[in-house]
Amino acid sequence: MSDSVTAVKEHSHQHHDSNLQHHFATYEQQMDAGKIGMWLFLATEILLFGGLFVGFGLMQAKYPEAFVQAHHHLDKNLGFLNTVVLLVSSFTMVMAVHCAKTEQRRKVLVYLLITLVCAAIFLCVKYFEYEHKFHEGLLPGKFYSHVGDTVPHQFVFFSFYFMMTGLHGLHILGGMGAITWIFFRAKRGDFNHDYYTPIDLVGLYWHLVDLIWIYLFPLLYLIS
Amino acid sequence: MANHPTTLAVPTPVKEDVSVNYITSPKGLMSWLTTVDHKRIGIMYLWAVLGAFLLGGIFALLLRIELLTPKETIMTAETYNKVFTLHGVIMVFLFIIPSIPAALGNFVLPLMLGAKDVAFPRLNLFSYYIYVVGALFGVTAMVTGGVDTGWTFYTPYSTSSNTQVSLMVLAAFILGFSSIFTGINFIATIHKLRAPGMGWFQMPLFCWGMYSTAVIQVLATPVLGITLVLLLLERSFGIGIFDPAIGGDPVLFQHFFWFYSHPAVYIMIVPGMAIISEIIPTFSRKTIFGYKAIAFSSVAIAMVGFLVWGHHLFVSGQSPLASVIFSFLTFLVAIPSGVKVFNWVSTMYRGSITLEAPMLYAISFLLLFSIGGLTGIFLGALSVDIHLTDTYFVVAHFHYVMMGGTVIAFLAGLHYWWPKMFGRMYNEKLARIGCGLVFVGFNMTFFTQFILGSRGMPRRYYNYLDQFQPLHAFSTVGSWVLGAGLFLTAGYLLASLRKPYDAPRNPWGARTFEWETQSPPITHNFDFEPVLLHGPYDYRPERKA
Amino acid sequence: MKWFRDLTLPLEASTVARDIDNLYIFIVLLSVFFFVLIAGLIGYFLLRYHRKGPNEVTPHITHNLNLEITWSVLPLLICLVVFFWGFNGFVRANVAPGNAMEIQVVAKKWQWQFEYPDGTRTINNIHVPIGKPVRLVMTSEDVLHSFFVPAFRVKHDVVPGRYTEVWFEPTKLGVHQVFCTEYCGKSHSDMLAKVFVEDDATYKKWVEEGDETLKTMPLPQLGKMVWEEKGCMACHALDGKRTPNGGPSWKGIYGEMHEMSDGQKILVDQNYIRESILEPQKHIVKTYEGIMPTFQGLLREREILGVIEYIKSLK
Repeated sequence: MSDSVTAVKEHSHQHHDSNLQHHFATYEQQMDAGKIGMWLFLATEILLFGGLFVGFGLMQAKYPEAFVQAHHHLDKNLGFLNTVVLLVSSFTMVMAVHCAKTEQRRKVLVYLLITLVCAAIFLCVKYFEYEHKFHEGLLPGKFYSHVGDTVPHQFVFFSFYFMMTGLHGLHILGGMGAITWIFFRAKRGDFNHDYYTPIDLVGLYWHLVDLIWIYLFPLLYLIS
Repeated sequence: MANHPTTLAVPTPVKEDVSVNYITSPKGLMSWLTTVDHKRIGIMYLWAVLGAFLLGGIFALLLRIELLTPKETIMTAETYNKVFTLHGVIMVFLFIIPSIPAALGNFVLPLMLGAKDVAFPRLNLFSYYIYVVGALFGVTAMVTGGVDTGWTFYTPYSTSSNTQVSLMVLAAFILGFSSIFTGINFIATIHKLRAPGMGWFQMPLFCWGMYSTAVIQVLATPVLGITLVLLLLERSFGIGIFDPAIGGDPVLFQHFFWFYSHPAVYIMIVPGMAIISEIIPTFSRKTIFGYKAIAFSSVAIAMVGFLVWGHHLFVSGQSPLASVIFSFLTFLVAIPSGVKVFNWVSTMYRGSITLEAPMLYAISFLLLFSIGGLTGIFLGALSVDIHLTDTYFVVAHFHYVMMGGTVIAFLAGLHYWWPKMFGRMYNEKLARIGCGLVFVGFNMTFFTQFILGSRGMPRRYYNYLDQFQPLHAFSTVGSWVLGAGLFLTAGYLLASLRKPYDAPRNPWGARTFEWETQSPPITHNFDFEPVLLHGPYDYRPERKA
Repeated sequence: MKWFRDLTLPLEASTVARDIDNLYIFIVLLSVFFFVLIAGLIGYFLLRYHRKGPNEVTPHITHNLNLEITWSVLPLLICLVVFFWGFNGFVRANVAPGNAMEIQVVAKKWQWQFEYPDGTRTINNIHVPIGKPVRLVMTSEDVLHSFFVPAFRVKHDVVPGRYTEVWFEPTKLGVHQVFCTEYCGKSHSDMLAKVFVEDDATYKKWVEEGDETLKTMPLPQLGKMVWEEKGCMACHALDGKRTPNGGPSWKGIYGEMHEMSDGQKILVDQNYIRESILEPQKHIVKTYEGIMPTFQGLLREREILGVIEYIKSLK
């Protein structure tokens, strides 16, 4: 019994050495630096999407009727379903971070897996939505070929719809890659209550991706 | 701590063995290409930006030769339009923006803070390779036909031009990420990796400058990124946002573009100011005057700099009310720059001044940047701007700020830290001659253009009225003097690399951390544990040793 | 200061010019004052405080609040003066008097077209009476351009898809240069025009008859003038070479057979040249793009004749 405790301690001690980069003095310093870096990165992401939001707002102000008409082609129910899916995934991500901090390794893996599944569901729903738009010719820019429009300039709405949801979708894909990466690191037993920076940072990123969707959903699906 | 300087005088070179240093160990090309050492990455950036400077400079000389006479001198109108576009794109995106932060800053910042490296060394290397990829895209765009839109990519010209706009826009987009990652790295480094005892107000002012710059890089560059993506999609898919032919708004592009590109002006000039804040105290051997004023003015410039983009659009078709507000804010942002100049001059008061090359460049900076700043008042004043905007007056103004300011400061910093970076002193006499040629040549080239512009000579003109020819010819001759000065500088700097190591640890008698380690430094920077014992510009004898 | 104005600024030929120039001169004086102050202090300090020995000690002066407040607040106040002065001039330059004569301007690569209230249309020159306010309502057919008359101190971008305005009230007789100041491609620097400021009698006469010279000039010479002033030269060379992205050279084409994009062969004669000027899209010569704008209503009958005779004369 006592032997195994010693073994675990030594094990985690080894991790201290290999996980602490040479230019940092303490884990705390390393984690703080990582967090600052991630928050800054998230700020750039918000500004990246911010540019699209501003562009959308200005074009909506220019062609209000076209935007209202165009948004009726979107399926509110599917949009709402995806919102719920992402909210659930955010919750499971929080739990995964919490379990990593408290060293419940199996639970970490389960929660990460659920998060991944949610992300996959989101993308599937998105795929069906896109397919429907392609079918109807509701495409961006010069590819727009929907017939029977009563209001011109609806293609501008779909330009933004595809840019914004497409960029967001890419972020979901990136997030899935990151979650898969920390899933395998967690499985390998890299994390403990001193060192869980990567999973924490991926969590922050994932919440931002969800948050952006929370803004996209009413913006695109619920124009009044 | 054995290596702290002990006398006030410039220490006589102590012969020490510096053969083991970050340059020599580890050896081999691969060890450089995969390095995460901030010093090596800084040096790799340095060669890259100097290469870009050479290319952009050759384009500039060609432009000036073309403008020696009206109509065709050496190239056709199409070629001229491509050459001025490439000159702008290269100088802005490949040279000036990364020059001070990514090249000199990468090398110096962690040393100044007493840190072993930047916070994210691998991200640092990654950002270098992003820069290389972006540069390759840019070069591809250049050799496959070039771009003729001007570096501003104004729509709808850029959506209709059949040159390599898409490729070049993509290059600028990629380069933006390099800039963002450098910014993130510097902010985290400054927050978390200062040496024990170094509070925010014990940091060298260079670090404050880098911090302000990084904030702008992080907050402004993503907006440029998305703007360029929109432009790219407008060109390829016709998404209908900028092209008036399909219902878009070309002035909207200008707003988006300048929302980044005006702060980008501060990404370029604030690092220059940061270098000057180091050099003037060192060569005056006196503490900086108004440390906090200089530090806060950097931050103020970074903040207010975000609110003045509309002063590029006074005659573009934005609402007159917006123009009035932007004009007002523009005058506000002028004040912190003025404050800095007064602080630097006051630092020299009762100093003990020597005039080695870095200080000569710093003095050049003070004079040229003052002219650049003062001529900004003309352009900020609404009614005068109507007459002067889009003329050579603007060309002269931003060259005084960007070249007379940033590039001169870059050269100052290069001469200042050259002994630290490469362990060798350069030929001081040639350096002074070079600096003199650059100063004289620069003023000949660009001061003339203030008069040209006031008299009504529009910018981006291949052909011009005969009445402007004498001034154009004078400006062209000036560019040759300027070019001669820069080639001379390149010559003696490169020549110094053939010598054995001869630079002492602290050739200028400065007080910041980077001078306390050997020249060139070892891979982990310090051969002692850096602990802050005195302020960065503390020259009081009782604080020594 | 008159010598300085003459050296650095163009002729003052509109009502707003003087005020703008006064502010310009005011800022010049300010700049000279501050530059001399800064450069003088630097020079003095360099001489006075040059390092005298290797162990020279300097005083530890960290800051001086009063001094710093002074040099922050004083420039701010000066800047505010400049701001309000510039604001005032800006408002004057933006608000046209209600009785201004309106001229429509269409800019396109690379010419200026003007249309008067009575329907008169001109290319690359406008005639205006002295002492009367004129308002230009401008738009572009392709990319951004900018209308700049240095002598009037007016400038405004010309934007496709919307209308922008400039106004001026000329105060000096003569011919004033117009530049395009927003980069617009190959012939940006040749997109020039002229403003003819005339006294009332001359202006009236011009409105009724066009220029006297137009009626008496020999036809080939008139054609050459049209080539220079109405925008032909931006795309048509005279040296036998094809301008890139432009049209064919005029040299020696009269009497040639040209193959069209649809394979048809046409003889270049009076009627074909006339048709090319008025309906340029009707027949496009093989390998060329149909980018030439129509000159219908823009050229007087005698000017078209002049162009035909001019082309004949180019061997």
